[in-house]
Amino acid sequence: MKYIDEFRDNKIAKNLAHAVSKKAEGLRPLSIMEVCGTHTMSICNFGIKDMLPANINLISGPGCPVCVTPKSYIDKAMAFSKKPEVILTTFGDMARVPGSDSSLMEEKAKGRHVRIVYSALDAIELAQKNPGKKVIFLGIGFETTSPTVAASLVYARKKKLKNFFVFSGHKVILPAMEALVKDGDVKIDGFLCPAHVSTIIGIKPYTLIAGKYKIPCVIAGFEPVDILQGIWMVLEQIRSKRPKVENQYTRVAKDSGNKKALALINEVFSVKDSEWRGIGTIRESGLFLNRKYSGFDAERVFSIKPVKTRPDTGCICGSILKGLKAPFDCPSFAKTCTPEKPKGACMVSSEGTCAAYYKHRI
Amino acid sequence: MHDLIKKLFVKELGNPLLNKLGDAAIFKTGSRLAFTTDSFVVSPIFFPGGDIGKLSICGTVNDLCVSGARPRYLSCAVIVEEGFGYSDLEKIVLSVKMTCKKAGVDIITGDFKVVEKGAADKVFITTSGVGDIYQGASLSIERIRPGDKVIISGTIGEHGAAVLLAREELKFKAKISSDCAPLNGLTSAILNKGIKFMRDPTRGGLATTLNEIAIDSGYNIGIEESKIPIKESVRVLCEALGMDPLYMANEGKVVVIVAPEAEGKVLSIMKKHPLGRKSVIIGEVKKERNKRVYLKTRIGGKRIVDMLSGEQLPRIC
Amino acid sequence: MKILKIEGDRAIVSAGRVERRIGINFLNNPRIGDYVMVHAGFAIEKLDPKRAEETLRILEEIQ
Repeated sequence: MKYIDEFRDNKIAKNLAHAVSKKAEGLRPLSIMEVCGTHTMSICNFGIKDMLPANINLISGPGCPVCVTPKSYIDKAMAFSKKPEVILTTFGDMARVPGSDSSLMEEKAKGRHVRIVYSALDAIELAQKNPGKKVIFLGIGFETTSPTVAASLVYARKKKLKNFFVFSGHKVILPAMEALVKDGDVKIDGFLCPAHVSTIIGIKPYTLIAGKYKIPCVIAGFEPVDILQGIWMVLEQIRSKRPKVENQYTRVAKDSGNKKALALINEVFSVKDSEWRGIGTIRESGLFLNRKYSGFDAERVFSIKPVKTRPDTGCICGSILKGLKAPFDCPSFAKTCTPEKPKGACMVSSEGTCAAYYKHRI
Repeated sequence: MHDLIKKLFVKELGNPLLNKLGDAAIFKTGSRLAFTTDSFVVSPIFFPGGDIGKLSICGTVNDLCVSGARPRYLSCAVIVEEGFGYSDLEKIVLSVKMTCKKAGVDIITGDFKVVEKGAADKVFITTSGVGDIYQGASLSIERIRPGDKVIISGTIGEHGAAVLLAREELKFKAKISSDCAPLNGLTSAILNKGIKFMRDPTRGGLATTLNEIAIDSGYNIGIEESKIPIKESVRVLCEALGMDPLYMANEGKVVVIVAPEAEGKVLSIMKKHPLGRKSVIIGEVKKERNKRVYLKTRIGGKRIVDMLSGEQLPRIC
Repeated sequence: MKILKIEGDRAIVSAGRVERRIGINFLNNPRIGDYVMVHAGFAIEKLDPKRAEETLRILEEIQ
């Protein structure tokens, strides 16, 4: 397929891998972090780690939005699903994440109205087709997804829909990146910045990381050639001791981002502190429906009994999300925690670090 | 009920053995038999390229074929949910009829039950099948050795993709049909030509079947991504949904393990058959013994391909 | 995916004979034939063929 196959080209990839090895020669061991679930998957699927020299360590950060959604959110979502008038709609990989007692998939099997959708627009269609029901959509995702939910809410408002609601768990990636950098435990020598989040937010947000913390930031596409070129560009910055923000993904991501998408986010959401599973509360890192859209906010409209969330035990997802530990370091990994019976979110989503490691036995 | 059985099942599927409607069908067949059973609970029950009826015949016939047997007789037990439409039932029975004819098998005994609403999801079908092991057929996982080639008979993931699309929740449109088909003609043509083992990669996809072979044979298997045949539409759909085609179900494909000296001949016979036109060697059995499947990616990287755990779910980012 | 048809702020896109109806609210001047990146039912940006070619040219120079 045009503009995809070229960026998966065998020869170009091999040349790049060779160039990366040359660029890395003589450098101390380096850790490059990616904070995007699709990067995690791509790196695994194409076997990129296998092509890198020994002194380059690619670590997965908290790039999987499903993985960082707090348990209390899932418990609340399940409480919503138990209301007889509610149809709960969700993206696919949210459905298997374990809450305190079960998961949405398990609730679905018990007969609750839980439906998997590909887009918030599909949830709206469901609401329009079922006027007697109340459709709640679980809004999960970073800045690539939040504008799509924002656009859907604007449409719902235009259509004066009275039975469509969003339970927002959307997050903003930059605060998490900054929190990781400030965290003394995590050593990050460079960031591969997420392709599609950057398509929306542009390069400006990352200037904090490169400017204040002197860490190279390269926006890289998802294809293997993009990732390898991104790594090459990070190494070039490290060698020249000139950290900055660079854009490898110019064919899609504009330096200025997508203004319309950003405007939609501002129209619908306001930024507040939010909890990240395994990491804790990060300031100004979550998107919540603002006053203008409060009529669509599931949390404000529906009353549910306060949920008692049980803390994660035997799960070190937090350290894994920060790139401090690998899945193998977890006592539960591949034993009591498997993709079939996941204990923590990192194992559920196919983008989650533990699921990726389990599948590919890296 | 008896009326329904006579007017629909016996009318459409009738043969001298079934028509007797005895408590058991009494028959004589070969000396070495293969016997298999499977339940079919697919949802939705109608999908592009087939339906639960066609699937219930192909699934059991194919299990017999890949075991080196000529499928002969099947049993068919149908459970429907109260309120299930007659016209849908008739469609399914006609589909069963057509597929039996194509596969050259007869249903010689069966059962039909109705359960209360909610106790079954529309219709469930269980088929068991008996086949005669072909003379000289010596398929066995123990015969697999390092250097043996791994052949797939065609493009992967179509059944899984077709069923997923037919569920309508995801609203993608694509001309993807299930590859559901009886494999007798293809498998019998290559049976005594130097092949060591066969399996049809159904639920869990090609990846799961290759893992089963690696585990049971005790050898690693190495495959190359660039050699695995896949239709562009299946690839695009899987990428859009974040799913891996290696784990998508097939219902009309066979994995063949063949000795290297016979690979050319077997491949050429397979390619001459309508169900094997896209047959290709995708890898080989290795001498290492950690029982894993390794994939050389299209860009030259390497990754392990594991069994399917849980269910593949469309993901977001 | 490629835009096949535009209907207001919705479009039909296609790739490898797979089609879907999506939202194009975020695009500036979308046109039939444009390649777009699709996520969660929306086109989030167009793909710029000139920039794609430029990147490929730079890649050829990396040794």
